[in-house]
Amino acid sequence: MAEKGLAEKVRETQVWKSIFRHGPPNNARNRAAVVAGNVFLHLHPIKLKKSGVQLGYTWCMGGLTFFIFLALTVTGVLLMFYYRPTAEYAFNDIIALKEHVPLGIMREIHRWGAHAMVITVWLHMFRVFMTGSYKPPREFNWGVGVILLVLTLLLSFTGYLLPWDQLAIWAITVGSNMAKATPVMGHGGPGAMLMQIGDFVMVSDKNDVRFQLLAGRFVGEPALLRFYILHCVFIPLVVGVLIAIHFWRVRKDGGISAPL
Amino acid sequence: MKELINYLADPIRSFPITCVLYFLMMKYYKVVGTKKFAWIAGTLFFITAGMFAMDPNFWLIITWPDNIPISILILSVGFLTWFTLYKCAENDKRIEAGECPIEALPENREKVWAWPNLVYTELFAIIAGTAFLIAWGILFDAPLEEPANPTWAPNPAKAPWYFLGLQEMLVYFDPWMAGVVLPGLILVGLIAIPYIDTNPKGNGYYTFTERKMAVSMFMFGWLVLWLYLIIVGTFLRGPNWTFYGPFEFWDFHKVVAEYNVNLSEFFWVFGLKQALPGNLIIRELPGIILTILYMGIPVALTFNSLNAIFQSIGESKNKFLNITMIAPAFKCLAGIPAFIEKTGYIRYYIYVYLAVIMAMLPVKMVLRWLFSLKYIIALPEWELNL
Ligand code: HEM
Repeated sequence: MAEKGLAEKVRETQVWKSIFRHGPPNNARNRAAVVAGNVFLHLHPIKLKKSGVQLGYTWCMGGLTFFIFLALTVTGVLLMFYYRPTAEYAFNDIIALKEHVPLGIMREIHRWGAHAMVITVWLHMFRVFMTGSYKPPREFNWGVGVILLVLTLLLSFTGYLLPWDQLAIWAITVGSNMAKATPVMGHGGPGAMLMQIGDFVMVSDKNDVRFQLLAGRFVGEPALLRFYILHCVFIPLVVGVLIAIHFWRVRKDGGISAPL
Repeated sequence: MKELINYLADPIRSFPITCVLYFLMMKYYKVVGTKKFAWIAGTLFFITAGMFAMDPNFWLIITWPDNIPISILILSVGFLTWFTLYKCAENDKRIEAGECPIEALPENREKVWAWPNLVYTELFAIIAGTAFLIAWGILFDAPLEEPANPTWAPNPAKAPWYFLGLQEMLVYFDPWMAGVVLPGLILVGLIAIPYIDTNPKGNGYYTFTERKMAVSMFMFGWLVLWLYLIIVGTFLRGPNWTFYGPFEFWDFHKVVAEYNVNLSEFFWVFGLKQALPGNLIIRELPGIILTILYMGIPVALTFNSLNAIFQSIGESKNKFLNITMIAPAFKCLAGIPAFIEKTGYIRYYIYVYLAVIMAMLPVKMVLRWLFSLKYIIALPEWELNL
């Protein structure tokens, strides 16, 4: 009998077999088992139409968006170990990230990744439109996608404030000033003056949508805390749930679109 | 030469130029969508970009760290726009010859195993993506400016780049439109697309001939109204949000004479030569009437008497009308009754109102440039300026 290779010996250990319950994916049965039996891989169908795996068809943009989202989650958690969301510490913590923390490019990867995700999500939408993939039965998933697009922009926007430098507070000031002009619900918007009963002003700069967003009348420390929680906890959780729905629906709607 | 480019880059000229280029690209998409075109256009692009980059002022703007993503965006959108047109042209030639699109060929319908076909591609994408992010992170430091100082505002104060299209709209609209109503409608409009576009063709393959209207409207919104405005907002707007050409130094003392005039002033002061009426509603009546008329367009388009006119212009053989696309446009309008018949009034009104409101942006731009018009309805007393 021929000597068994090292790889084969490893495959026969109890440890290996306890983790992977099937043989190497070189025959039909095992290829099905490897995809169906792995919690990450089982997002995929076991077999799919050839046009759906071609780079020229999907541009892999949805996949890249998801990858960047995961990369941002990992680097984001690392940043959270060093960052305190207060006016006193935030800026200095950002500097410390560069100067005192080993492997100090986590902030770079996180920031550039955020920009990259905005780009890939736009390009993903562009491709989905060009292949007409929003047509029945995928109308709903397109809608889920649009919400994901908005949340991606909001994630990036809320993160922009956290370094607490001039760029941050003024960009957020410009952005949140728009909320002031919301019709009826912002104190500087049309219709706000109608929201008045006698002397009682219902919409003012102390309770309008901008105030709710910033927890104040200008971009100050309460806004920093609010954006921090939105950025690190709330929006990522919602995005995670929606991505799960999005992927589930890609499968349930018959996989990647193809001619009928 | 640089003077000329600075001159052409001003939105007054660069917006119409962009529209014309967009129109030509879609009209001759089969020429654009060839490999030969890509090589020529790509080479020309990199040569010009290289020449541009030698200019110190231009270099300053594009190497500002937070502007790097836009350069990446421009490159990838440029390439992928060409690429979709290439795929569309490839399929459309087949469809016109009576064959099926490439995606429907038996060898592409064939089922393949997810492992290894898909999983390995993904693995490669993950490795390439990781390498790309690490390289970008090592090469370029993330920007960090002075610590936050609420008492000193930088000039210009810009929103993050992906919102600069909206900030650029502030030139033409008040914040309640540019920052709230229009973005809100963009979202509603996007979500509504699958329910409005009832054309069953072009599902699951690239094609332009089978869905000309949908594709050209979407690409116009995406490339011209969204990306072009972001580029203007990023590269061509300096202190006080005044226009600066790509090779122009951001001189804080550049004074731009701007006298924008409200429609009410045009009407009462210049037209009737009298003072503005004291009553707000009467003062703004001309603008209010115009706005109501404009918002009535979708209703008017359904009138039978108008339809006959659309039909006759649409079928005109006049060369000028056909080359300028006026005749085909009227032919589309003449198709409205059939469209309503097929899809119903609700779809029609949602669709056309979204289009009419989206068109307010170019309409307002042109009015501003031609007549220095500030507001059509100017009711600062109610924070209601349009
Ligand atoms: C966080 C953002 C998003 C993630 C992670 C994501 C991820 C994905 C992935 C991995 C796919 C599989 C096919 C592919 O890679 O192209 C997909 C498909 C799809 N996505 Fe997204 N997506 C996102 C946002 C969007 C947006 C903004 C839209 C549209 C407005 C959208 C609409 C769709 C549709 C309709 C499909 C089915 C495509 C087909 O069957 O060909 N998604 N998405």
